[in-house]
Amino acid sequence: MYPPKFDYYRADSVDEAVALMGQHGGKFIAGGHSLLPVMKMRLADPGVLIDIGRIDGLRGITRSGNSFRIGALTTHATVAAYDDRHFPDALKHAAGMIGDPQVRNRGTVGGNVAHADPASDLPTVFLALGATFHIAGANGARSVHAANFFTGLFETALAENEVLTAVEVPAEGIENGSAYAKLFNPASRYAMVGACANITVSLTGECTACSVAVGGLTPKATAAPSVGAALVGKQLTDDNIAAAAALVLNDLGGDVMGDIHASAEYRRQMAPVFVGRALTLAGHRAGWVARLQKNVKDVAGDVLEEIERRLRK
Amino acid sequence: MGNYKGKSMKRVEDPRFIQGKGRYVANLSIPGMVHVAIKRSPYAHATINSVDTAAAAALPGVVAVYTGSDFSNVGGLPCGFTPPGIKTPAHPVVAVSKVRHVGDPVAVVVAENAYIAHDAVDLIEVDYTPLPAIVDAKGAMDTGAPLVHDDVPDNCSFHWPLGDKDATAQAIASADHVVEMELINQRLIPNAMEPRACVAQWDSFMENMTVWTTSQNPHTIRLLLGAFTLQIPEHKLRVISPDVGGGFGSKIFHYAEEVIVPWVARAVNRPAKWVSTRSEASITDAHGRDHVTHAKLGLKKDGTITGLYVTTWANMGAYLSTFAPLIPTALYITLLSGLYKIPVIFGETYGTMTNTVPVDAYRGAGRPEASYVLERLLDIAAQDLKMDPVELRRKNLIPPNEFPYQTPVALQYDSGNYPALFDKIEQLADYKGMRKEQEKARKDGRLVGVGFSSCIEASGPAPSAVAVGLGAGIGLFESGVIRVHPTGKVTVLTGSHAHGQGHETTFAQIVADELGVPMEDVEIIHGDTERTPYGVGTYGSRSAAIGGSALVKSAEKIRHKLTLLAAHLLEADPADIVYDQNSGKVHVKGAPDRAKAFGELSFALTTADKLPPGMEAGLEETSFYDPANFTFPNSAHVAQVEIDRDTGEVTIQKYAAVDDVGKVINPLIVEGQIVGGIVQGVGQALWEHGVYDENGQLLTATMLDYAMPRADRFPTIQVDRNETPSPHNPLGVKGAGEMGTIAGTTTIVSAVMDALAPLGIRHLEMPLTAEKIHNAIKAATSNGGGN
Ligand SMILES: Cc1cc2nc3c(=O)[nH]c(=O)nc-3n(C[C@H](O)[C@H](O)[C@H](O)COP(=O)(O)OP(=O)(O)OC[C@H]3O[C@@H](n4cnc5c(N)ncnc54)[C@H](O)[C@@H]3O)c2cc1C
Repeated sequence: MYPPKFDYYRADSVDEAVALMGQHGGKFIAGGHSLLPVMKMRLADPGVLIDIGRIDGLRGITRSGNSFRIGALTTHATVAAYDDRHFPDALKHAAGMIGDPQVRNRGTVGGNVAHADPASDLPTVFLALGATFHIAGANGARSVHAANFFTGLFETALAENEVLTAVEVPAEGIENGSAYAKLFNPASRYAMVGACANITVSLTGECTACSVAVGGLTPKATAAPSVGAALVGKQLTDDNIAAAAALVLNDLGGDVMGDIHASAEYRRQMAPVFVGRALTLAGHRAGWVARLQKNVKDVAGDVLEEIERRLRK
Repeated sequence: MGNYKGKSMKRVEDPRFIQGKGRYVANLSIPGMVHVAIKRSPYAHATINSVDTAAAAALPGVVAVYTGSDFSNVGGLPCGFTPPGIKTPAHPVVAVSKVRHVGDPVAVVVAENAYIAHDAVDLIEVDYTPLPAIVDAKGAMDTGAPLVHDDVPDNCSFHWPLGDKDATAQAIASADHVVEMELINQRLIPNAMEPRACVAQWDSFMENMTVWTTSQNPHTIRLLLGAFTLQIPEHKLRVISPDVGGGFGSKIFHYAEEVIVPWVARAVNRPAKWVSTRSEASITDAHGRDHVTHAKLGLKKDGTITGLYVTTWANMGAYLSTFAPLIPTALYITLLSGLYKIPVIFGETYGTMTNTVPVDAYRGAGRPEASYVLERLLDIAAQDLKMDPVELRRKNLIPPNEFPYQTPVALQYDSGNYPALFDKIEQLADYKGMRKEQEKARKDGRLVGVGFSSCIEASGPAPSAVAVGLGAGIGLFESGVIRVHPTGKVTVLTGSHAHGQGHETTFAQIVADELGVPMEDVEIIHGDTERTPYGVGTYGSRSAAIGGSALVKSAEKIRHKLTLLAAHLLEADPADIVYDQNSGKVHVKGAPDRAKAFGELSFALTTADKLPPGMEAGLEETSFYDPANFTFPNSAHVAQVEIDRDTGEVTIQKYAAVDDVGKVINPLIVEGQIVGGIVQGVGQALWEHGVYDENGQLLTATMLDYAMPRADRFPTIQVDRNETPSPHNPLGVKGAGEMGTIAGTTTIVSAVMDALAPLGIRHLEMPLTAEKIHNAIKAATSNGGGN
């Protein structure tokens, strides 16, 4: 596979990247795992590549106060292996479900969200987690909330000459649980349906906050407020979860996508299934206090392990 | 030393491959080499009005641009299997007036590097008038279907019947029960790990052409290049297939690029290279399968089969690829008897032309299609007759005392013990236990299925006289040379070709044992027409049975010569000489110290001063082995699957396989072939599908859309053997390369359909995708069917 001709510049800092872009135009390249395939298939011909992949300050995950800051160049593999009990489980596990080890070792969080492929996993997760996107450009820095970052099919709030520097997600408290569930495309392993649930559970086992997003089936990651609204104030029983999950259909909009692997209709039908799975898993992860008080015997082995992991600090 | 056969020797080629030291065609770089890229049709069917190459030719770094008319001095790509009455449409190397499938070559760019070549391809303007396209194997013969070739009426290239039609129709008409169904064996895209590639070098002084190509059979390619396409005399042509990264059949055939690249090398008088991209491979490598079949199976109430009637429409694609018509005929209908006694069988195939990539042999080639038809019918018959599917099959097995067994569809099976095979798999898989578990699971509302299938393969296509009689253009023997050097080291030249099968190990085990020398002293050379004698190559699981046997024959000649020589040197009667194959020592019977070592004897043939009268110096023997029959490996596989009721996704929980591949030379390699084959077969059952839309656009032309099997979808596969040696070759081996692929598909389909049977779902077409299963479950449960 042979991409069309392009000029190549390497930036050593964000400022330089922005300046190079102003001067030459073209596209930023990070891990290259979304951009190079489309160039090789000659579906993209940017003419100029500005390599931001070696800007050190953009790499790695740091905890600051009540949130984690994930540098744009952090690889999926780093996220998947990140070990901090307050780091959102949904994000960690979703990163581990991306592609294969090669893709996870090269692909970056920033590239994933900047590319905004509708079948990507991370946009859905960041939307449910209420992430904040930090952006640098010629006119300085700005921050955009997830709800406003993903604007359409392969479209984001990023301007052509802006660099995404980091994504910030809230740390998970002991009362929070998050999970991501995915229906894999059998060929590409991208999401045909991806669902992320981020919930808070009270000591009495009642859901006090619930944010759900879905992706894979809609042109961009889509929030499902109907699900949250139905679940807040309720116990996380199987029936309550199923009833709430079914409401995701109200939030999908008119543009559900289908292809040879899964029709739009099938994906619609799968949305409640995967939202339900994400909610259940998130409930297991968050609801330990309530379960512990009620009946230890009810608690499944993996939940016990989880509890121990969290108590060990 | 000695007794290598039967041992799991580690593959001697692996250190080279694992360390990235393999020498593939794409690695080859010759000073002054130009790069070739090909402009291909984006339409499935269109008239070419004009091709404007001016902009491409003007791009700096472009050496030349050629269109179809420039290739008027080369012959079209030939078809090597032409049964009587077949219509073989012309297959130009580069399209001239019409394109007939997406990917058909229309122009050739030659440039200083591959990047420029691909840029120039984008600059070529072709003016097409699109024509209506046809992609469906059966629909191609409908009245009013667009004609792919004017000289192939009804798009029907051939009709191939076999068996007693009237008697079979009669048997079905008078059967107690008839299972009748339409089955689709979907199109597959081979996807060998290494894409095809070709490099050519023209020696303008000697007028010799050397072609490096990713082929499973370099001699066949040389023959076709010499006699049909390039028409350079065969003795001035050298074809080399160095390390090749998998073929699965797709690298048997003679492709346009193998003509274009040497043609370019001569035209520009510089070495030339073309390497397929993965996307290009999807629209140019021959595809596999693609059958529509109508089948009827007649049975008595007690499950005894009375007759089988099969009509198949086999999609040949836009042109007849090298062996295409052979696959759905002589390798398909002849296998419809399976392991069973079926009194009468009639099978017929219509080979149809469509606006798709040509279809040819793909791992299993005809035999998986046959097995699929038969095994699906048997599963449904068992359901209808309320019998256990294994019991129904057992009832119809050919008994062990009836070998050799003549089927009603031409083949004579050599050997086998099918009841023992069934006993073994039932035990290995704990079939009865699985059924009990399934019953429990069903009570809990879980969709658990147990699948069973057996299969037969005719492997090692042979003998030549029969093959040629059926329409093959070449014989199906194999060559083997053993060259012993003065110091007793051994070079083996084989006409077989290895592209993943491990011949460098297996063949060395054979020769080392036959001669009694250490394996390290034996080197296997293959894949170069200038080094090895004319050979037929590797496909149809033929290498060990035929190529291996040729080496046994040559080793016999070597031993004979050394026995005579030793007798002379030891002053004994040749009848009193013993050749000890454990040590390579040749000694007088009863006097092991009156001996000559292998190396001593080979050296004596070099000094050549003390040879017996009439004996020639040197130690090299050649054999061309042409077996008396195919070999008939057979197998029985069992799998357990569970279906996710919410999504329709299938999880394979257990898989067990018992295969009879005759004697085993290297169990490690055979197990690898079986397991790899199973995985590939399951790929067809659950995921793989080459999908064309009605306009002839290939929707699965990249890995984003063509779903391959992945390791994480499989449990550990248990394998065992049921060894019945083949009586036809001196090694007693049968083919091992394709069994897994054949049985893997049918076993998993059987398991999935078994899981769905309580819902009243009778049949779903492959691949059994989550959505297809989900929709079927939904339809079945909303109809109130099932439980
Ligand atoms: C085989 C394969 C399988 C995959 N499977 C999955 C999957 O299952 N799920 C999934 O979610 N993804 C999947 N991916 C996509 C993968 O996650 C993305 O390719 C990767 O995350 C993109 O990151 P990158 O660094 O490679 O981006 P690049 O390819 O370098 O860039 C992608 C785009 O983002 C822009 N960009 C990159 N970084 C920045 C930045 N910091 N600021 C502004 N713009 C930027 C680039 O200009 C470009 O337009 C798969 C990819 C492959 C090749």
